[in-house]
Amino acid sequence: MKKILIVDDEPNIVMSLEYSFKKKNFEVYIARDGNEALQIAVDKTPDVVLLDIMMPNVDGYETLKQIKNNNTLKNTKVVFLSAKNKATDIEKGLQLGADKYLTKPFSVKKLVSEINDLLQ
Amino acid sequence: MNNYFLISIIIAYLACLFFIAFWAEKNSKSKWVNNPYIYVLSLAVYCSAWTYYGSVGIASQSGISFLTIYLGPVISLPLWILVMRKIIRISKQHKISSIADFISLRYGNSRFLGALVTMICVFGIVPYISLQLKAISETFEIITDETSYISTSVLDDSTFYIAVLLAIFVAFFGTQATDASQRRKGIMTTVAVESILKLIFFLIAGIYVTFFLFDGTTDIYQKASQLENFKAITSFNGLEAGFNWMFTIMLSFFAIFLLPRQFHVAVVENDREKYLKKAIWLFPLYLLLFNVFVIFIAWAGNLSLPGAVNHDYYTLLLPLQNNNLALATLVFFGGFSAVISMVVVSTLALSTMLSNNLIIPYGFLDKFIKGNPQKNANYIKNIRRISIFSLIIIAYFFYINFSYELSLFSIGLISFVVIAQLAPSFFIGLFWNRGSAKAAKTGMIIGTLMVIYTLILPFVFNVLTGNNTFVEKGLFGIELLKPYQFLGIDFLSPEAHAFFWSMFLNTFSFLVISIRSKGNYRERNYAEMFVNSSNYTNLQDGAYVWKGEAYVSDIRNVLNRFLGEERTERALHLFNLKYGISKEEEMADARLINFSEKLLTGSIGSASARILISSVAKEQPVSLLEVLKILEESKETIAVNKVLKEKSDELTQLTEQLRNANSELLEQDRLKDEFLDTIAHELKTPITSIKAASEVLTDEESMPDELRNKFLENIVIDADRLARLIHDILDFEKLSGGREYLEIQPNPMHGTIKKAIMGVHQIAQNKGIKVEYQNDVLINASYDEDRMLQVLTNLLSNALKFTEPNTGIITIATQDKKHQIEVAVADNGKGIPKEDMKYIFDKFYQSKYQNIKKPIGSGLGLAISKKIVESHRGTIWIDKKYKTGARVVFTIPK
Repeated sequence: MKKILIVDDEPNIVMSLEYSFKKKNFEVYIARDGNEALQIAVDKTPDVVLLDIMMPNVDGYETLKQIKNNNTLKNTKVVFLSAKNKATDIEKGLQLGADKYLTKPFSVKKLVSEINDLLQ
Repeated sequence: MNNYFLISIIIAYLACLFFIAFWAEKNSKSKWVNNPYIYVLSLAVYCSAWTYYGSVGIASQSGISFLTIYLGPVISLPLWILVMRKIIRISKQHKISSIADFISLRYGNSRFLGALVTMICVFGIVPYISLQLKAISETFEIITDETSYISTSVLDDSTFYIAVLLAIFVAFFGTQATDASQRRKGIMTTVAVESILKLIFFLIAGIYVTFFLFDGTTDIYQKASQLENFKAITSFNGLEAGFNWMFTIMLSFFAIFLLPRQFHVAVVENDREKYLKKAIWLFPLYLLLFNVFVIFIAWAGNLSLPGAVNHDYYTLLLPLQNNNLALATLVFFGGFSAVISMVVVSTLALSTMLSNNLIIPYGFLDKFIKGNPQKNANYIKNIRRISIFSLIIIAYFFYINFSYELSLFSIGLISFVVIAQLAPSFFIGLFWNRGSAKAAKTGMIIGTLMVIYTLILPFVFNVLTGNNTFVEKGLFGIELLKPYQFLGIDFLSPEAHAFFWSMFLNTFSFLVISIRSKGNYRERNYAEMFVNSSNYTNLQDGAYVWKGEAYVSDIRNVLNRFLGEERTERALHLFNLKYGISKEEEMADARLINFSEKLLTGSIGSASARILISSVAKEQPVSLLEVLKILEESKETIAVNKVLKEKSDELTQLTEQLRNANSELLEQDRLKDEFLDTIAHELKTPITSIKAASEVLTDEESMPDELRNKFLENIVIDADRLARLIHDILDFEKLSGGREYLEIQPNPMHGTIKKAIMGVHQIAQNKGIKVEYQNDVLINASYDEDRMLQVLTNLLSNALKFTEPNTGIITIATQDKKHQIEVAVADNGKGIPKEDMKYIFDKFYQSKYQNIKKPIGSGLGLAISKKIVESHRGTIWIDKKYKTGARVVFTIPK
């Protein structure tokens, strides 16, 4: 079973994502900010992390850096999921080492299939 | 007192003066030497022995008429700011070193006029100097109790030696520089010191006489009023006396400008124009102090010394009569100081005039053209030194031979009347550009001849014939030609009479000739520069119109002779730099001619400078019309340049403003972008949520009802959030743009607060949080109630958000201040972190430290509240001192 960690501070969005991934047989973990996300990631080594950027305490960029610095998470894919849709924001996200950058609002169906593709 | 003892003191005193002068020359940059007080005190050279002794003599015989001599200067001083400043500016610009230079330059650099002014001054001042020497000699006799031995031999007379010492002093400190327009700090400092001494010693004598010999002023008055001539000397004798007063005041008014020594201290030695501001009140004060005790000393003298021959010396005789030798000595030295400063400055000024305006232009120019710079400088200095010695020696012999009978006062007045002959050409020439050289010469000559006829001849005839027929019968026995009652005017004193007639004829001929004949172009050129001096200060050397041919190398040669090569090169270099002229330029233009004349003027006088320069320049005559046209043109060029400069400055300013406006706009634009970005982000979040939930719902038909309802509920909540967000954004924009019209009217604040509390009552109760309203009293203020409710509700909601359920307490308090009311909302929650305080009122700022759970707010609540409070002209802030939770305070004016 694939493991996915969803990191977002918007509970309603998280709820829809959680439901959809569970339906596709993902093991779903949820974090509400960067700190929590890192803890869970180290603990569960998910295959993919869905990462929001604008979050309280530790933001998405910082979280990505820490994931990339962690040896145990070498194989973990990171996908940004953000409302920031300017070209500069996207470039910055990819440069930091994200595997994908998806903008909000997104289609849940498409998101799920893209994550599946990424994990193939 | 033993006369050798007195002579030793005199020598010691003179040695002190030498030392002070020496020190001041050496420290000529020190602030002790360069200050307005030295300037004002040097003006007090006006108070000579005539003031020191003569005033008392006059006061004892003719009452308060001695005051006229001081009223003129006092009346003139307010005018100084206008007139004297103009004179000083012109003089500095043209390197003028004496009044002869000033007048000669005004009338087109006229050599003859400079010489004429010099002769009139020498004629007027030498007797005056001799009077000063007389005062020394007589007071010396009084204090040493020696009988006169002047008649026996010159070499026995101590006055002679004092005169020689003074000549050495002036020659030494007065001719340090060849350029006579340079300041003599040494001499001026000693003059200032002497001005202090003479005033203090005279005041001491006055106090001694008034309060020690008598019982104060009332005592003297009462005793003096018993004297038989008291009424005569204290009353004012009708219209005739009025005329005498008026003429004497006018006389002294002119004298303060025209006396060579006054022109020298006030103009040539002036360092800064702003000193005039001090002078216009300090100098009258000095004169006032000097005259306070005059009348009392005079009365006291009349009372105590009924047999005294010479009333002038009451100040000295009174202490002597009471055996107060020490005080008498002080008085003697006060008078001595007055004499020395007058003699020193007068001979200095006269010697400069003699050398620069008479001797050099009429005899030595050829010699100078051949000589080398060092030799020339020595020649010039020697001419001045010889002039100084000659002047003092002539004054001394004049005193020995003529001045026994005359009082200080009368010779002083004669001197004033002579000098006053310069007044029409000087004053009118300063403000009327038609005044011409011919007119000035004629006026001065006629005026001076009239003075000789009405004042000098009677005296001469008296000495020659031993009788008074000339005065009593008139010339050739013609009644109308009586010197003291010319054309039957018989009610004036001789001096006032002479002044009236000479001044009348002088002014009349000056005006008539000026109107009837135009001066040549050069005169007109200088007239223009003097009269409208303020117009031409910008033009500087360009204000001088000159046409002709001259080689720079020739001019350089002439300058070399006087300034030496080094100074000449430096001066020409500066000149080229100033006007952007190439070093290679061979031909000289008008500016260089003018510049070179100015350079020479200080050393040899303006007339000689002109003659020298024209000897190497082929000048073409320019018509008067042309002069005026050229002047007008250069004035216009300057004006146009000025306008251009102003325009350019304006443009620079505008550009700067535009640049600022642009960067302001860019900043606004950036802020707007940022704002839109943030809005987009904020809007996307609920939309994402709604979209995701809807998608999930659409795809899943088999979803349990409970979950489906949850999703639906979420959609509703997010839709609400979206709506609220949009509303807040629009509201904030409206408030920011100032487009929102506030319905400000008097409202009861406590009522509004209660309404706000009611609004959140339900939520508070559900969470178990207490909302307390302290000091519930009636306070009225003017505000828009809906908006105020919005602010209060927002603050209360924030407080509810950040306090713990069940233990939370929120308090609202109001305070009625003088012009405003203060409302505070406090809670006992976890407070606001320090880092947030600065930004908490920014739009969309949400604390990093808030609960993980997203708050329901739009992020605009406090920003909107701030806008509302500010549009009520109030302020809102976080109370940083409040430690037990958060406290937000705002004020609005009543």
